[in-house]
Amino acid sequence: MFLKSTRTAIITIALFTLITGVIYPLIVTGVAQVVFPEKANGSLLKKDGRVIGSELIGQPFSDSKYFWSRLSATSPFAYNAASSTGSNYGPLNPALLDGAKKRIQDLRAADTSNMQPIPVDLVTASGSGLDPHVSVAAALYQVKRVARIRNLAVEQVRSLVEENTEGRQLGFLGEPRVNVLKLNLALDNIQSTREAK
Amino acid sequence: MTTNGMLQLFVYLAALVVLAKPLGAFMARVFQREKTFLDPLFGPVERLIYRFAKINPDEEMDWKQNAVAFLLFNFVGLIVVYALQRLQQFLPLNPQGLGAVSPDSSFNTAVSFATNTNWQGYGGETTMSYLTQMLGMTVQNFVSAAGGMAVLALFIRGIARHSGKTLGNFWVDMTRSTLYILMPMAVVLALVLVSQGSVQNLSPYVSASLLQPTADTSGAKVTEQVIAMGPAASQIAIKQLGTNGGGFFNANSAHPLENPTPLTDFLEMFSILMIAAALCYTFGKMVGDTRQGWSLLAAMMIILVVALFVAYQAESRGNPKFNALGIDQFASAVNPGGNMEGKEVRFGVANSSLWATVTTAASNGSVNAMHDSFTPMGGLVTLVMMQLGEVVFGGVGSGLYGMLVFVIVAVFVAGLLVGRTPEYLGHKIEAYEMKMASLLILIMPLTVLLLTALAVVSQAGTGSISNPGPHGFSEILYAFTSQGNNNGSAFAGLNANTPFYNITGGLAMLISRYWLAVPTLALAGSLVRKKLIPVSEGTLPTHTPLFVFWLIAVVLIVGALNFFPALALGPIVEHLMMMQ
Repeated sequence: MFLKSTRTAIITIALFTLITGVIYPLIVTGVAQVVFPEKANGSLLKKDGRVIGSELIGQPFSDSKYFWSRLSATSPFAYNAASSTGSNYGPLNPALLDGAKKRIQDLRAADTSNMQPIPVDLVTASGSGLDPHVSVAAALYQVKRVARIRNLAVEQVRSLVEENTEGRQLGFLGEPRVNVLKLNLALDNIQSTREAK
Repeated sequence: MTTNGMLQLFVYLAALVVLAKPLGAFMARVFQREKTFLDPLFGPVERLIYRFAKINPDEEMDWKQNAVAFLLFNFVGLIVVYALQRLQQFLPLNPQGLGAVSPDSSFNTAVSFATNTNWQGYGGETTMSYLTQMLGMTVQNFVSAAGGMAVLALFIRGIARHSGKTLGNFWVDMTRSTLYILMPMAVVLALVLVSQGSVQNLSPYVSASLLQPTADTSGAKVTEQVIAMGPAASQIAIKQLGTNGGGFFNANSAHPLENPTPLTDFLEMFSILMIAAALCYTFGKMVGDTRQGWSLLAAMMIILVVALFVAYQAESRGNPKFNALGIDQFASAVNPGGNMEGKEVRFGVANSSLWATVTTAASNGSVNAMHDSFTPMGGLVTLVMMQLGEVVFGGVGSGLYGMLVFVIVAVFVAGLLVGRTPEYLGHKIEAYEMKMASLLILIMPLTVLLLTALAVVSQAGTGSISNPGPHGFSEILYAFTSQGNNNGSAFAGLNANTPFYNITGGLAMLISRYWLAVPTLALAGSLVRKKLIPVSEGTLPTHTPLFVFWLIAVVLIVGALNFFPALALGPIVEHLMMMQ
């Protein structure tokens, strides 16, 4: 019984390795590459043939002229997309509070006139460290600062935020959110068209 | 808590109940070797497997032969995963040139995937080559799940049959579970995930230039972001369906390339419980009384809903320490609010709480938010869901056979209370059954608590803690609770990739999978021999609301008695500190 079962075990593992480990992922890869090539390869954003990011992967921003993303706990630098991680700080961890305080200071320093309460997602790190979004509230919080530094009308920046806002999927799934990288690219885009004129 | 949040939870739970019957009926056909609409596609493959492996599909085996088959199959699989990690640097499909994984980490990971745990001491994108992910992780995601379903099918036959000896054939149940149940659903789910943005390729990682250059911790300028790639969607689909949970990337389903949109989040979360919920109906169908299945599903659902609301409420409240800092944690139309540390904006608090409850109710263990950063009460829910023994849905197969053991205990205790001979579905429950059931219920808390105790009194154990205070203790308790229940999620701040944790955790996973599966089969082997006792006046009906609540009470009392002292030292103290 033992020997016969051992042989059966070895052969079945070999066969299932072939079926579920080779054929299955390769069929999925094949279909994905033909039907959804852009999505299957990381939803990359390109400019002049150069990859300038992914629609789904956030980037770090600290310049006042850009909308800032959330905090990121990846190392050795924020938004390292080759090594995803959250901070794993517990709610009472002093490091969590220090990080939030530092962020608040930086936000206030970049825009001394803005004394509104700060939306919580802007002072916390995401689970992946790569969150491409901020909440609509977090984007609106930054609109005046960005408009002032870029010499744009507040209304114009606000409408750009709206254009880059994704609503709840199917009307009820998830949360409304703003894609930070796409928003900042759009901002740079109107700036450069204006300069070209 | 918001109306929209509640709506999402409601749709989720309703969909689960609605799908239980059609999927459950289909799975009963698969286990009973009846015709299905997939026969033209997978029938030839199935026959080919039997021919090559010299399996006689009509051969019936007793519990011992099945247990040997189950153990050997797992052992061979474990060796393959170990070898792949140790040798990946010499093998193809390793575009990032990742080196060999250390022996203790390879051992832990091999055990982890063979036992359907998917605890991960490693970060996927920095450790495993594409080949290891495909041939090691993806394969075990299928077959460890199918193995659990096969053991369940054998156990159900032990209950459905009388005066017999054999339970069926492990090889046939495992093969059919893989081909007819897991494979078709995985293909469909994987493609839907890709259509939303999950990656599926064999390309090297991509370099992207940052819009605004940044600096690393040493102050050096960073102008590029390297984006991890790989055959992720195919692995994610089966990691959810098979209640495995091991992420392709380190951040698991919080990673935008694993779980890009709220829709993928919903579908991945749905896949975690879908099969486990439907198996309740399968059980009812196979024992010839679907009410028996519905009552088990009702018991599981009630516990799940209560846990869910506790978690959602706790996470919605946010962190009281933030209120003094001028941070807006209130949920509104533009702000998800709540405790957002470790959570993604696209999911918000509602979906993160739902996922956390669901993934620990099932022994899935994938995460879309970092449990380590949950509020103490949110974290408590995840701990408790595992400490109930992974019987509230639980792993595919293993959850239901775990719950059936609790049913036997519940019937026995009820019998003692009223002075009647306990019986379940026509089987007399006697000393041998109770010995096996007690063994099954006691092994898990013993493993979890002893290993936690060992870790907190040793330097090797406490040295890995990352959060100060009671939360640090919770991290250790969580690690062994998770591995000792084949869950696999983590309070991931704990640095578990050390020889101490890799080896003790590996042992916990081995014990909780095999020391439970073998007595389960022994129990089935004993039940199947019993003569049918016809239903009489003295029979305790096991499909009534009264029995559902009795069963819930037994599950909760056993769980609470085992773990309350440990929970008091961790999340409960932390909660009181936070409220100060």
